[in-house]
Amino acid sequence: MRKTVQADQVITRIPSGASLMIGGFMGVGSPIRLIDELVRQEINGLTVIANDTARPGVGIGKLISARLVKRVITSHIGTNPETQRQLLAGDIEVELVPQGTLAERVRAGGYGLGGFLTPTGVGTAVQEGKRTVEIEGKVFLLEMPLKADFALINARRADHIGNLTFAMTARNFNPLMAMAATIVIAEPQEIVPVGVISPDDVMTPAVLVDYLVARRRADGQ
Amino acid sequence: MDNKTLIARRVAQELKPGNLVNLGIGLPTLVASLVPREAYIFFQSENGIIGMQSVPEEGLEADDLTDAGGSPISALPGAATFDSAMSFGLIRGGHLDVTVLGGLQVDRMGRLANWSIPGSMVPGMGGAMDLVTGAKRVIVAMTHTAKGEPKIVEVCTLPITSERRVDLIVTELAVLEPSPDGLVLRELAPGVDVETVLRSTAARLIVPDQVRTMNLG
Repeated sequence: MRKTVQADQVITRIPSGASLMIGGFMGVGSPIRLIDELVRQEINGLTVIANDTARPGVGIGKLISARLVKRVITSHIGTNPETQRQLLAGDIEVELVPQGTLAERVRAGGYGLGGFLTPTGVGTAVQEGKRTVEIEGKVFLLEMPLKADFALINARRADHIGNLTFAMTARNFNPLMAMAATIVIAEPQEIVPVGVISPDDVMTPAVLVDYLVARRRADGQ
Repeated sequence: MDNKTLIARRVAQELKPGNLVNLGIGLPTLVASLVPREAYIFFQSENGIIGMQSVPEEGLEADDLTDAGGSPISALPGAATFDSAMSFGLIRGGHLDVTVLGGLQVDRMGRLANWSIPGSMVPGMGGAMDLVTGAKRVIVAMTHTAKGEPKIVEVCTLPITSERRVDLIVTELAVLEPSPDGLVLRELAPGVDVETVLRSTAARLIVPDQVRTMNLG
């Protein structure tokens, strides 16, 4: 069950070389304070699993610009010229995954599945090195689950025990990643007493959340 | 009327009341602004919403309500939001009526290439492969040529997005319908003749006796 921590304290638990799932879509729904702390503490050699690398100076783009990422598994780097530059220079390894396949690989990791079959990518560059399975005359790719050491997620709201809700398009990968990592760190925009979030409204149950990032202190930390 | 507006106006004619539609970034997003609200067409954005509508007036933006490019949007009454797994379940699972996407190339088999130029630009496929594979109807909205080079070719030289044959190609010159026999020239833009289309196309086209003029609504 969750333990409340400050952003700077919890990031000291992440070793260099760790694998991180980071929520967000073009920076929307990304855990900004946790990302800023990774940069400040220079945790490097990271493997990042995320939808995209946003833009330079935005969300996950800050980790790319600070050269903390050695490998990224993502669906899109087109909005971040710095990621493309590092890729062409051989400084970062990029595994491009169709967005629906990426979401489902994270989901499979968190839901205890050994993989799944998708029609997406059949006959394209994405098929290279993958097994195909024919079911009732239709060809599918076997895609494997993804897991990570840590999930860094953003939530609209958390209650005191760590139940989470997400807002509008900031939900994206966050609830999927909360299922798929060994240690889950949630950065909520607001923390409320238990009971304020109705059981029917909980999107990620508190049992999945290991650390809840406390409200920003008066000194800004 | 500029080329992009012309293409978007023709594409808008393809959307039917009640359709769930996903628009790619760039030229396709113009289409949404040309569809009247009473048309009862729902636009999905793959970052997790059905019922997106255009940018709110300045000062009413919400940080957590954006399109797939990260720009502020608004939501229609009746909108719904969800996570990325459901968003792509909607796309792959046969629940999406139409997707409109840009293209770098389309070939005579109707295969689209729109995610990578090896060696120079590798943006990634984002949701494009799932959209082309899963949508009931795939419409490619693109300029007919790029820097004078035809984008409609015999066989794609760029990495394809899907093996699936797209359903319609709309350019500033023509509407082409891919078929098992090849690309059929269905419509010409106002003032454009067949010769102009053939000259700007690097694939063989099937030209029926009757080629309509584009309906721009």
